[in-house]
Amino acid sequence: MAIAEKDVTWVKEPKIGLFEQLYLPAIAAGLATTIGHAVKTLGGGEITQRFPEQRPKLPANYRGVHRLNRDEDGRVKCVACYMCSTACPAHCIDIVAAPSPWPDREKYPEVFVIDELRCIYCGMCEQACPVDAIELTPLADLTGMSREEMMFDKEKLLSVFDQTTRTGTDPVRTTRGKLGPASELPPDSGLTMSSTAQS
Amino acid sequence: MYSDFNIWITLVIIAVVMGAVQGACAYLVLLERKIAAWTQDRIGPNRVGPLGLLQPIADGLKFVFKEQIIPGKVDKVFYLVAPVISMTAALMAFVVVPFGRTSAPPTHHDWPQTVQEQEARDKDHAYTDELAAYNRPGQANFNDWGWFDEVQWVVAPHVDVGVVLVFAIGSLAVYAVILGGWSSNSKYSFLGALRSSAQLISYEIPLGLSVLGVFYVTGSLNLERIIEYQHTHGWNFLFQPVAALLFAVSVFAECARLPFDLPETEQELVGGYHTEYTGMKLALFLLAEYVHMITTSLLVVTLFFGGWELPWLAVPAVPAVPDNGGTIVVKLIVLSVKMFLFIVFYQLVRWTVPRFRFDQLMGLAWKVLMPLALFNVVVVLCVRQFHPFGPYSDWLTLPITVAALIAFAAFSATLPRSPTRVRTVYRGHGAEQLEMGANRVMSP
Repeated sequence: MAIAEKDVTWVKEPKIGLFEQLYLPAIAAGLATTIGHAVKTLGGGEITQRFPEQRPKLPANYRGVHRLNRDEDGRVKCVACYMCSTACPAHCIDIVAAPSPWPDREKYPEVFVIDELRCIYCGMCEQACPVDAIELTPLADLTGMSREEMMFDKEKLLSVFDQTTRTGTDPVRTTRGKLGPASELPPDSGLTMSSTAQS
Repeated sequence: MYSDFNIWITLVIIAVVMGAVQGACAYLVLLERKIAAWTQDRIGPNRVGPLGLLQPIADGLKFVFKEQIIPGKVDKVFYLVAPVISMTAALMAFVVVPFGRTSAPPTHHDWPQTVQEQEARDKDHAYTDELAAYNRPGQANFNDWGWFDEVQWVVAPHVDVGVVLVFAIGSLAVYAVILGGWSSNSKYSFLGALRSSAQLISYEIPLGLSVLGVFYVTGSLNLERIIEYQHTHGWNFLFQPVAALLFAVSVFAECARLPFDLPETEQELVGGYHTEYTGMKLALFLLAEYVHMITTSLLVVTLFFGGWELPWLAVPAVPAVPDNGGTIVVKLIVLSVKMFLFIVFYQLVRWTVPRFRFDQLMGLAWKVLMPLALFNVVVVLCVRQFHPFGPYSDWLTLPITVAALIAFAAFSATLPRSPTRVRTVYRGHGAEQLEMGANRVMSP
């Protein structure tokens, strides 16, 4: 069936003058743009960042790999309350609690594994933790040669803590050095920090 | 045969030319990627070796080690032969390119305008002696270096129709395109091959017509003579700028470079004659394009921009002041720099101009370039015939042809354009159209 006349829309091309019909002035202007860009880039104006010689400038509160904080006596702060693994949207935190060897705490994490490949680095675990035990550091260039290597256990996470405190790359949100409210000792228990053993 | 043909020298020259040209092609690919990057505010390959200079070697190794997949139902003979034809035709254009001293015929810079002058010239003893010496090569215009004097630094010596040979061999590249597309046993490849072959043969006409003016004023097809003519009279693009422009546009189309790169674009879109090719066969197709670029930039530079000649630094050799090693090197450098500049121009234009649609492309060749080239030839002939201003009348071609170009553009701007259909409402489909009476099904 033929298409009805009213269903077709025709558009006339706009009239162009001599200057545009010649094509050459437009090409010359285009070449000026192209050569301008090339000369600017040759003079060091490129917008490419040469990773890994040039690193990106990350914001101060960038969320990178996790760390487990130690308290003043060097013990792991985590009390295995399972709040972080409950809050985690990606279910990447595995905790196995055990009775703690120290008198001022009930539990401590015997096994604490975070699958850094499943993690979405949202920071919910950091927000959920009542004792400020888990924090996300600004370390972002994380590589591994196998999937097993990227499952960080407790020792690895504590070593991240040791490294970041040593090099001063603490996250800005850190409360390191200050014990959170839930990690304070009960006021009239008679216990002091120094009476507790090393982890 | 000529007495100066030495098989070993020729084989060495062939090997050196093939190696140098293909090495240059590999590095031209790197240059193309770098220029593409710089015009896009980025850097380009810089990881493989300093400044990315080992990248072409990595690319070459990649092509060598790639798996050669031959589709099942291709026409095996033509499928395998097409890339070979492509590269062969592209490289054979270098048989007439001189790389050093060749015995060009003796020149006289004031060409005889009448038959009487020619006869008087023929009776001139100095001229006839020179001509005789030219016909016994090795005995004129050279230093006294023994057998080295007789070496013709070109693969095929004494081909005075050099430029026509280059055009003719370049036309053979169309075979490669058609055979490649046909043998791929794919409709899209075949259509792409037909389109690109139509483009290639259409643009051969303005290619040849635009340089007829140059050949006429020079009186010879020999590239050496053309360069000598430009040395005494000034570079040809000053006298015939429109011819230079037409030739430049035609070589863009012959190399299938943007804005005429429909053969390559169709590879991005659907087909194209080298869709079904992998590995080294594809590498031959792609490198042949860069060899064409080198050949055509050599032609442009020689025919219109003086070749290896620079006004005081690199001049043609005369018997009184023959060529020595130093001047040969200077001429080679001058030629290389000019060719390099034109190749950079090729690659800059790629990122400047949007590509032509196929009907626009064919319209440009037949309706714009060919009439302008014809008009250029007519103007050159008339100026030479009537020479109103004596020896300076050659300059008349410049204003006349430029004015004709502008007038032609002004005229075509006034032509009515056919309106474009932008929107069509297709009412219903399938069963609804049957209801409306379309696609009436024939009842048995």
